[in-house]
Amino acid sequence: MRNRFADTFYELGKADPRLCVVVADISPAGSIAKFRNEFPRRFINTGVSEQIMIGMAAGMAQRGLRPFAYTIATFTLYRPFEMVRDDLCYQNLPVTIVGIGGGVTYSTLGATHHAQEDVSIACSIPNMNVIAPCDPDETDAATRWCAQQQIGPVYLRLGKAGEPNLSKDARTPWSFGKVRILREGDEVCILSYGPITKRAFEVSDRFAKSGRSAAVASVHTLKPLDRDGIAGILKRFAHVIVIEECAPNGSLSMRVKELAWERQSGCRLDVFTLRDEFIHCYGSHDDLLAAHGLSTAKICANLGLG
Amino acid sequence: MLTPPALRNAFDTAAARERCRRYRRRILDISQQVTALHVAPAFSCAEITDAIYHGLMRQDADGAYRDVFLMSKGHGCMIQYVILEEKSILSRDDLALYCRPNGRLGAHPDYETPGIEASTGSLGHGLGMATGQAYAEKLKDTDTLIYCVLSDGEFQEGSTWEAVMMAANLRLDNLIAFMDYNDFGGLERMSDGHQAFYPLVPKAEAFGWEAVEVDGHDEEAMVQAVLGRRGGRPLLVVCRTVKGKGISYMENVAIWHYRSPNKEEYEQGLKELSDRAP
Repeated sequence: MRNRFADTFYELGKADPRLCVVVADISPAGSIAKFRNEFPRRFINTGVSEQIMIGMAAGMAQRGLRPFAYTIATFTLYRPFEMVRDDLCYQNLPVTIVGIGGGVTYSTLGATHHAQEDVSIACSIPNMNVIAPCDPDETDAATRWCAQQQIGPVYLRLGKAGEPNLSKDARTPWSFGKVRILREGDEVCILSYGPITKRAFEVSDRFAKSGRSAAVASVHTLKPLDRDGIAGILKRFAHVIVIEECAPNGSLSMRVKELAWERQSGCRLDVFTLRDEFIHCYGSHDDLLAAHGLSTAKICANLGLG
Repeated sequence: MLTPPALRNAFDTAAARERCRRYRRRILDISQQVTALHVAPAFSCAEITDAIYHGLMRQDADGAYRDVFLMSKGHGCMIQYVILEEKSILSRDDLALYCRPNGRLGAHPDYETPGIEASTGSLGHGLGMATGQAYAEKLKDTDTLIYCVLSDGEFQEGSTWEAVMMAANLRLDNLIAFMDYNDFGGLERMSDGHQAFYPLVPKAEAFGWEAVEVDGHDEEAMVQAVLGRRGGRPLLVVCRTVKGKGISYMENVAIWHYRSPNKEEYEQGLKELSDRAP
């Protein structure tokens, strides 16, 4: 995802001189290095200083530029939170914050590097738009949208590297603010976003083995949430499942439950989130997800899939 | 090539003194409309703000400002409001509705209100945004200057120092910051408990800025400090000021950071402002 973002940004940046990257001491992946070589003045490294990364991005946007602030997800939001809130959101500036390694991607680095609550926190700030693509192709589409949109700040939550393309069979293109069905199905629909969407496919495969058809949908835009799209899914499917890499408070799961209550949905609803805990586990990304109860086996067991 | 007003005509200090007296009286008037107003913080930077607007900022032929003013110490915005009112950028009605539910002016400035270039209020944000603005103007290859007024208290924020370092790294010679060095935070005298904060000019210089200390109520000195700068890097003008300047009972009395004068204090203030030169 990181590399695909970089490729797309480089392509867009060649054509639009307003596009800039402001990083805080993170090595520019892939084509961002190329962008830096070709347009050195439009690549700014503030060093280990996230407050000025966001503050500068705000000032640059106020004078007509389109900056992307880019670093590890935790450091894009947590350290400079008040700059994100006041400088970007309060003033409603078209700045894209790119958070690399959302969720527990940085699985060996401990909770200082785990963006477990990033989506909840970002969604809670007025004016903020939140996008978490499920794969490189959605990252490409979202990056293009971010570069030309006029509506305000965006938190673009990405994974790291090596994510498979999950959306290649989707019948509809990526569209900001719209839930997107990635795999069709009849009885069950699994809602997900970000790289953990691969779990949704694995669970869908297990449903298929037991003779049931489970759709998979990418809720890539967490804010504004496609409430009508999700309400339609709650109505159409007998069983809806949410799988996400985010702490429960303020999660998509919480909002889907709220919506289900408001629309008096009759479907079965199961949700799987990160735990509301700091888990002192060091291993692979899958190990961390498993420690949070998000292994495919555990999810399937909870769903009664043998 | 646009030149600052003070280069076209000698800076008229008597006229500046008269303007600031008028602004202070106007702010006192408005203080009677609301229960809480940052009077003293606005009075300490009255001459700084006036010098920037009348001696330094350049206007294009259509009257639009070529240069940018950013009030980082948002609680000092009352002085900016009254200057913008005099320049007809804000209206008398705007000021009449200050801090009222159907007005658009609050006790901290709001971005996109006419004449306001950034929302501030939380301290330690303005210089970061000003740094981004100055860098953007460099990228756009303009000659626009960014003027930013900060309180000395804001220099206690780590974020201000992140901006100080970055502006120097980027050699933003189009960024000119004024520190309203009145030595008071909201609570007490800063120099009493925060002695490591000083000295200021060598500190700024060590961080890669050009820096100079002047009397922050002497407009000519401030204008000359800017016009006479060596250049090539951002400039910090450390302006020695008196919090509550111009009204005896407010000067250097911490409570006036927040308080509005009562009727009696208001009358006395008006009297002092008509009798004494600020």
